[in-house]
Amino acid sequence: MKAKALIRLTFLGATISWLVMVFSDVTIVFSDKNGLTPDIPLWLPKVMLDLYVISIFYYYKFKIERDESLNFTDLLWRVFATGLVATVISLSLRLLDFLLGPTKLTLNVYFIDFEYLVSLALLLSFLVAAYTCWKRLILYQKSKWLLRGWLIFEIALLIVLISDNLQIAIHEAIFTAISILTGLLALVLSANMKWVAYLNFRQKWTSLLLLLLSFFYLGYFFYTVNRFSDEINLQTNAFLDFRSHVFNIYLFSFVMLYSIFSFLVILFNLPTSSVFEQKLEEVVNFQRISQSVQTEQSEESVYKILLESSVSSVFADAAWLEIKSEHQQNRLQTYQMKETDAARIQEHLNGRQVKGILDQNTDKTRNLSDHLSSLKGTRYRSLMAFPVYVKGEKIGTLALLKELPEGFNKEMTQIVAAFANQAGISIENFRLLKEAIQNERYKEELKIAKTVQKSLLPDKLESDIDFEISAFSESADEVGGDYYDTLRISDHQIGLIIADVSGKGTTAAFHMSQMKGIFHSLAQQALDPKEFMIRANQALKYCLERGSFISATYFVVDSKEKKIFYSRAGHCPVLFYRAKENVADFLFDKGAALGMVKGKDYRNYVETNTIEYHCGDVMVLFTDGITEAKNQKGDEFGLDLLKSTIVGSVSKTTKEMQDNLIKRLYTYTGTEEINDDYTTMIVKFRGQEH
Amino acid sequence: MVHIKRLQEDGADILAVVGEIDASSSIELDLAIAKSVGEGSKKILVDCSALEYISSAGLGVFMSYIEEFRDKHIHMVLFGMKDKVSNTFQILGLADLLQIRGNKQEAKKLLHELSV
Repeated sequence: MKAKALIRLTFLGATISWLVMVFSDVTIVFSDKNGLTPDIPLWLPKVMLDLYVISIFYYYKFKIERDESLNFTDLLWRVFATGLVATVISLSLRLLDFLLGPTKLTLNVYFIDFEYLVSLALLLSFLVAAYTCWKRLILYQKSKWLLRGWLIFEIALLIVLISDNLQIAIHEAIFTAISILTGLLALVLSANMKWVAYLNFRQKWTSLLLLLLSFFYLGYFFYTVNRFSDEINLQTNAFLDFRSHVFNIYLFSFVMLYSIFSFLVILFNLPTSSVFEQKLEEVVNFQRISQSVQTEQSEESVYKILLESSVSSVFADAAWLEIKSEHQQNRLQTYQMKETDAARIQEHLNGRQVKGILDQNTDKTRNLSDHLSSLKGTRYRSLMAFPVYVKGEKIGTLALLKELPEGFNKEMTQIVAAFANQAGISIENFRLLKEAIQNERYKEELKIAKTVQKSLLPDKLESDIDFEISAFSESADEVGGDYYDTLRISDHQIGLIIADVSGKGTTAAFHMSQMKGIFHSLAQQALDPKEFMIRANQALKYCLERGSFISATYFVVDSKEKKIFYSRAGHCPVLFYRAKENVADFLFDKGAALGMVKGKDYRNYVETNTIEYHCGDVMVLFTDGITEAKNQKGDEFGLDLLKSTIVGSVSKTTKEMQDNLIKRLYTYTGTEEINDDYTTMIVKFRGQEH
Repeated sequence: MVHIKRLQEDGADILAVVGEIDASSSIELDLAIAKSVGEGSKKILVDCSALEYISSAGLGVFMSYIEEFRDKHIHMVLFGMKDKVSNTFQILGLADLLQIRGNKQEAKKLLHELSV
């Protein structure tokens, strides 16, 4: 809204100053003719002219310079249109003259003065409009020095405008200096023709035409205004003669100069414009290939765009793209040619054992053209081949064909090589994206597996008045292979188990669930621990794959006999603390892990052991994730540290002992992210009478 | 990372295991033993003196050959284990299933006795 108001205001200002200029000038001419002294100062028309020029300057500044939507041809069109309107108004005045014939009015000097002032206003407005448009074109690609240069130029013009009208006494030498400076600046500034390069072929023709017509207007106005001045001059000298006005001359010369420069530059750029358009198209094609990952859904479309872009960039007559396939035959995609033709050429080249067809360093065009010439029945005389790489691995070959011999030059080779490169990157990105989505899905599935696996561990441990018990388990990967559980066998017997499946991850968790099934079915039968292990081994024989095993320790706590019967199958030794002696020991007993011996003789490798327990005794079960956890230096947590940690806290509850142990473990390793599954179960006996 | 050197001495294959055997490198151990067996070796010595660590997967490899060796009358003796590695074998009960000796002489002697 503000801009609109300013445009109106400046237009109003221009109109008022013009009107004042007309009245004052006619009055002065009248006074001069009649030998009177005019009532108004003689400088008024000149000042009004200055005001008019400045108003018009701002009018176009707001109207043209600030309008971002105008492109180059639009600007030229503005100049042309302003010129057209001005010319039409001027011509209608002349038509009026002609219709009235040589009457008193038309020969009247006042009327001629009026006509002259109208024409002058039109000429100036046309010049200022052209000036504003040229300014935009010159400053299209701004640089600091260009902007400074332009500023100096405008200031110089302003000085000229004010000085020669107000007749401020400026020294001759200074004035000459300013004039030379302005002229030189105009020349230098007029060399800024960068916008021409951005015109396409059609736009160039349009611009030439518009410029040509603008020349015509300039010439016409110059002639008209000149003629009027001559006519008035015959009768009086006191009128506002624009020729005595240096600024007008400067402005006119500058507009003319830049118009001529533009015209010539455009004219000489006409033959090369197709090259620029070609380059522009290449850029667009590049964008198409690189953006195909986001927009398109398949590799196929990348191949298609690659084919199309390459063919159109180098004006090839045909092309094919061969995509390697591991499982099936290589896929062939052709463009403007039959698949059979492509296959025939390939066969021919293969038959001649052409080496280096895909070698970027060799001169492909000549070599392959020679080979083509020996193939009968084909129109093509030039062949250029490019490899398409994805992650350094060749996935295909792009071949371009031309009917002309020696049809490809170095620039074409480079551009197609770049296309092939870009296509490779696009396909790689596309594959990465697909992989990422796949990985996301696996992660989701692992999360589900983790939930399932967590549910395999007991929520609540079996309780007994004779002991308290706590357990803790954490896994390194999403799913772990550690297992612990408790089961009440009878009113005075409780079965406990701790197990570690070899390996980690999903398979380990799978075996863990098998172990849970075995524990729950065998423990119920109130078996002797050795028998339990033998049967568990038997059951697992067919489940465990080659090289995997489960280490486990099974306990039966008998609260009536105050004894623990247990069997160790390759699992970490139990730590048993005797309160009476205040001593803790690891119980290393014989026992091979489940799955190690498949045959019946497994019974030779396990045994049942018995411990009596008393009030305050503590039994600690754990997996190797705890003892093998390493600190920053790479030293393991170890059995000794485990023992001292437990002995130091035996007076506490099992939950407190457990928390203390885990805390100690984390401080030792310096992290809570231990690279293994780790589990502990702590039992503290009360040894009360049943 | 593990590196396995294989050399022949007195009609026995000696596999010198250098480094650590974890889940991924256990495959190399498996391949090395399988290759030795595949080429008809009846006597295999495993030099563990430069073995720093062995995970359950690595132990699984030795374990997995026990029955095959028994059936094919192939004898394998491990020797020169560090205490820590030896402990791992002990705890799992593999020490009773495999032939383990302190040094090369003892291992060779045992191999000789076994194959007689």
